[in-house]
Amino acid sequence: MTTTTVPPLVAIDVPNVPLGQRARLALADTITLTRRELYIWFRNPAFMFFTIIQPVMFVILFRYVFGGAIPVKVTGGYVNFLMPGIIGQSAAFASFGTAISLARQLQKGVIDRFRAMPMARSAVLLGRLAADTLRLVVTLVVILAVGYAVGFRFENGVLPALLMVVLGVAFGVVICMISAYVGLAIKDEESVGSFGLVWLFPLTFVSAAFVPVSTMPGWLQAFAKNQPVTIVIDEMRSLALGGPLVLHAWQSALWLVGITAVFVPLAVRAYRRAT
Amino acid sequence: MSSLTQPGTAPEWTGPAIFVEEVHKSFGEVKALCGIDLVVERGKVLGLLGPNGAGKTTAVKILTTLLQPDRGRALVEGRDVVRSPAAVREIIGLAGQSAAIQEELTGRENLDIMGRLYHLDRETRQRRASDLLERFDLVEAADRPTKGYSGGMQRRLDLALSLVARPQVLFLDEPTTGLDPRSRLGMWDVIRELVSLGTTLLLTTQYLEEADELADEIVVIDRGRVIAAGTARELKNRIGGDVLEFSVVDRGRLGEAAEAVRALSEAEPLLDTETGRLSVRVGDGGSHALVETVRRLDALSIPTEGLAIRRPSLDDVFLALTGHAAEDEDAAAVTSGRARQRAPRQR
Repeated sequence: MTTTTVPPLVAIDVPNVPLGQRARLALADTITLTRRELYIWFRNPAFMFFTIIQPVMFVILFRYVFGGAIPVKVTGGYVNFLMPGIIGQSAAFASFGTAISLARQLQKGVIDRFRAMPMARSAVLLGRLAADTLRLVVTLVVILAVGYAVGFRFENGVLPALLMVVLGVAFGVVICMISAYVGLAIKDEESVGSFGLVWLFPLTFVSAAFVPVSTMPGWLQAFAKNQPVTIVIDEMRSLALGGPLVLHAWQSALWLVGITAVFVPLAVRAYRRAT
Repeated sequence: MSSLTQPGTAPEWTGPAIFVEEVHKSFGEVKALCGIDLVVERGKVLGLLGPNGAGKTTAVKILTTLLQPDRGRALVEGRDVVRSPAAVREIIGLAGQSAAIQEELTGRENLDIMGRLYHLDRETRQRRASDLLERFDLVEAADRPTKGYSGGMQRRLDLALSLVARPQVLFLDEPTTGLDPRSRLGMWDVIRELVSLGTTLLLTTQYLEEADELADEIVVIDRGRVIAAGTARELKNRIGGDVLEFSVVDRGRLGEAAEAVRALSEAEPLLDTETGRLSVRVGDGGSHALVETVRRLDALSIPTEGLAIRRPSLDDVFLALTGHAAEDEDAAAVTSGRARQRAPRQR
């Protein structure tokens, strides 16, 4: 039935959709998938826990349990030192959800289904990052509200305070890009979760997030001082509390741009190949 | 209710709905497809039958633009899957091996998101969602999160999602794997209804019975090669058709019973003197053979147990066509010194 008698068939050519219309549809697809991710977030107690309750617990834990034992030279004491650190750490940990959710969607065939549909290739990743951005804004606002309740104060004016929030969100989104790549490349939900711990824990805890780097042994300081989490958190501290802004500002910018430049192409490639 | 599918096709294409020519695909050292040819005429159902790792899912992924073939050509309604993947995606629907639904969302929300991604207007989205929920017997559960759905409901919703845009060509990869027998029958009903509306369908399955129920034509693949093709009837006749089986209570009369049924078939009856079991291949004359057997044995007063017609299974087909059983895939691969024929990510 299948083989020999079929005459050579010439494929038909289907004209491409014009670029302007493609861009409009891509935007519509991205908005659809952003909404979808937000629905999922609101319906899933575990995600809510990781993005809101856990950071709040960290604030209280470090403020009242560990804080008394950690001397810092900062106006307002440890709580002021702590809050930019908690924001950096929470923003990084929020990316767990990105990796796990993408791996799960890949495993369940949701991404195969999307890739077999006439929708923008970029929409799944962009929608995910857009939803992550909104999620991070909510998380940061909640953390700051709790911080204010336990004694944290911005000491450096409104504009730098807003810039600190923007930097915190931008940092979180950039870490989400790494996680998007990790989730799509590793593909297995459980491995993704374990691997997330392996890189996120050292990166956030061996940093200036919770303690001054100068309290660490010299060999560890070398890493802790120069890694991006410390640099971004130091910049957030300067913005929130006053202090030298310029050096860490351009270092932060370089890190964020650098990570984006490396991991966006990797994530896009992993998405194209994932099946 | 309006129809769910859109039998009309691009006017300029008059060839078959699916055309696959000499397609090869390897994953590293493992050859998943070694030169597959397939033709499916518009409105027909092709059953792609084979054991795990035969290359079924790889073939579906190539036809749905998820994988690129290493060599060969694949056209869907005349659109080349490599050169015009976007055009292929416009007209196909895919339901994969697992229910690709979002558990946190309700059935209706899942359908609505599909509709949005196909850029349907609000009214069309709502109408299609209602139609599909009704047709797939999901109306009552429509506004509950799909996490609470049974396996059968999840797979029905998954199939419904693939139909939101009314695809001309539908691909179902093992649509009933993992379902209980009752859900499987329900799924068959739904698929049959789709087919009656004129959708071209390619479905993969591990069950000969399923291909038999649903497909106009069956292609058997094994280790990335087509090893047989034809209608279910042709395939079954090739391997001797249905099997009539019964046990003779009085072992001493086994020979007498065999003599009585010998005339019913060209094949020699098989006797198992240990258990008193007797089986004979009876082609597609199953019911006639059954009646004749009862009459003859009754006339001789030979009491029997468990008299039944058994349809040949995928195992029977495989044994007949390849000389190895479908279940022996791994063992066979090892003994012939080949890597396991399993595409990555295939469950």
